[in-house]
Amino acid sequence: MNFSIYDFTSFTQWIDKLLYDNLPAFWAVVVEMTIIGLLVLLFYALIGLFLVYAERKVCAFMQNRVGPNRVGPFGFFQTIADLLKLLMKELVYIKNADSLLFNIAPFIVIIASFMAIAAIPFAKGLHAIDFDIGVLYVIAVSSLGVVGILLAGWSSNNKYSLIGAMRSGAQIVSYELSVGLSLVTIIILAGTMQFSAMVEGQANGWFIFKGHIPAFIAFIVFLIASTAETNRGPFDLAEAESELTAGFHTEYSGIKFAFFFLAEYMNMFILASIAATVFLGGWMPFHVGGWEGFNHIMDFIPPFVWYIGKTFFIIWIMMWFKWTFPRLRIDQLLTLEWKYLLPINLVNILIMAFIVLMGWHF
Amino acid sequence: MTPNQLMFAIFSAVIIIFSILTVTSRRILRAATYLLFVLVATGGMYFLLRFNYLAAIQLALYAGGIVVLIIFSILLTSHIAEKLEKPGLKKIIPAFLAAAGGALISIATILQHNFPAEVVSGGDRTNITMIAKSLISTEKYGYALPFEVISILLLAAMVGAIILAKKRKD
Repeated sequence: MNFSIYDFTSFTQWIDKLLYDNLPAFWAVVVEMTIIGLLVLLFYALIGLFLVYAERKVCAFMQNRVGPNRVGPFGFFQTIADLLKLLMKELVYIKNADSLLFNIAPFIVIIASFMAIAAIPFAKGLHAIDFDIGVLYVIAVSSLGVVGILLAGWSSNNKYSLIGAMRSGAQIVSYELSVGLSLVTIIILAGTMQFSAMVEGQANGWFIFKGHIPAFIAFIVFLIASTAETNRGPFDLAEAESELTAGFHTEYSGIKFAFFFLAEYMNMFILASIAATVFLGGWMPFHVGGWEGFNHIMDFIPPFVWYIGKTFFIIWIMMWFKWTFPRLRIDQLLTLEWKYLLPINLVNILIMAFIVLMGWHF
Repeated sequence: MTPNQLMFAIFSAVIIIFSILTVTSRRILRAATYLLFVLVATGGMYFLLRFNYLAAIQLALYAGGIVVLIIFSILLTSHIAEKLEKPGLKKIIPAFLAAAGGALISIATILQHNFPAEVVSGGDRTNITMIAKSLISTEKYGYALPFEVISILLLAAMVGAIILAKKRKD
């Protein structure tokens, strides 16, 4: 087995072969799925914890504060302490709630984001499942999460939760359109929906540069719409603390609250990694067509580092949005989507199709 | 038993159990949630058949779109304490007979039909390029006309909805 941090293909194939040689085919599949599931779950939890820490530090930085600084160096273990606290908290039983739906709702939210993460390419060969419809699959699966939010709001039997859920539903359903259409712009340019083929297609320049202005507009629209889809500020009116206490998860406590909290951060991570993969080349190093020496130097940085770097850059932009813009009203939110983003997007797709048709892109 | 057969059994069990629960549940939002499970399991069935595109569309349109719309309208109209009335025997017996008759006819048809066996190994059976081309093709097996007819229907539905929802001046 030749293992390298530049290409995981041989490593994953080695594990696959090892399992199939030593186990009956049925158990090999089961063990393989369990390993992948556990790895993704571990990754999920670690990234979630880190993002909460990062959010608090970025927020503190924006507001000229220090942020968490007591637990561990630079407060690095603060979120682990928070997690332990959440695990040990009592799960409050709500007497007049619809207990079945109340208990299912956090799982629907978390399963939706968990399913989406399976199709994301982390590095060359480090990719749980490479669908030929990768982008469409991620969009389809992540649209399930809103069901959990709506159920949570309604089954809590609380007016704040219900209003929060309604706002969140209206918001996610409308902004999903813009997310999908801005990705369609790049699908036209790439000519494929498969994530691996998309990344390969960016070997001589990222799509955001290859597609001229329409690709850049699509990137901006995607950033705005995905921030709205994750219910984050300035679009966080679903859980506006000052008016709705905490929105749809007001009644949740302990680990069930943590599920919503984690899912929100993971959705942000998933959308950021889609943006990184589709617009900024995913794990593909920064290449400029024709500059052989420069491209060769860039290849020395492992793909995983590129992927994480780009994803966290976009996450940082989304956090920057949250802590600098004031919250929108619901009518402003819907006006932004239906009167500005959607028409811009539709015209943008036409321009992109024209550019691809004329062969003006690189 | 192969993993595929196991998954088929799980998906079929989910579909059957939750379909029954959908129509027997007396709480309307629970019924909608069970319907969601049925639709997601159907999507899983398509994945099993390697109809990836159809599966993703099933998830996006039915599970992510139509069920959300249903839940949304329930949220606006119904209260948590509301329960549907227990149907009387007069309603249960005809409904049961109709359901059993429908099930019998379809099962008999499926058993009689001779499905051509086809083994497909790996890869995807549906090619998106192929789907896209046949969707806008005007030749044989092209769907350009139905596609346009459906767009007109949708447009009419939207105009109708706006007119119904608009406030009247008087």
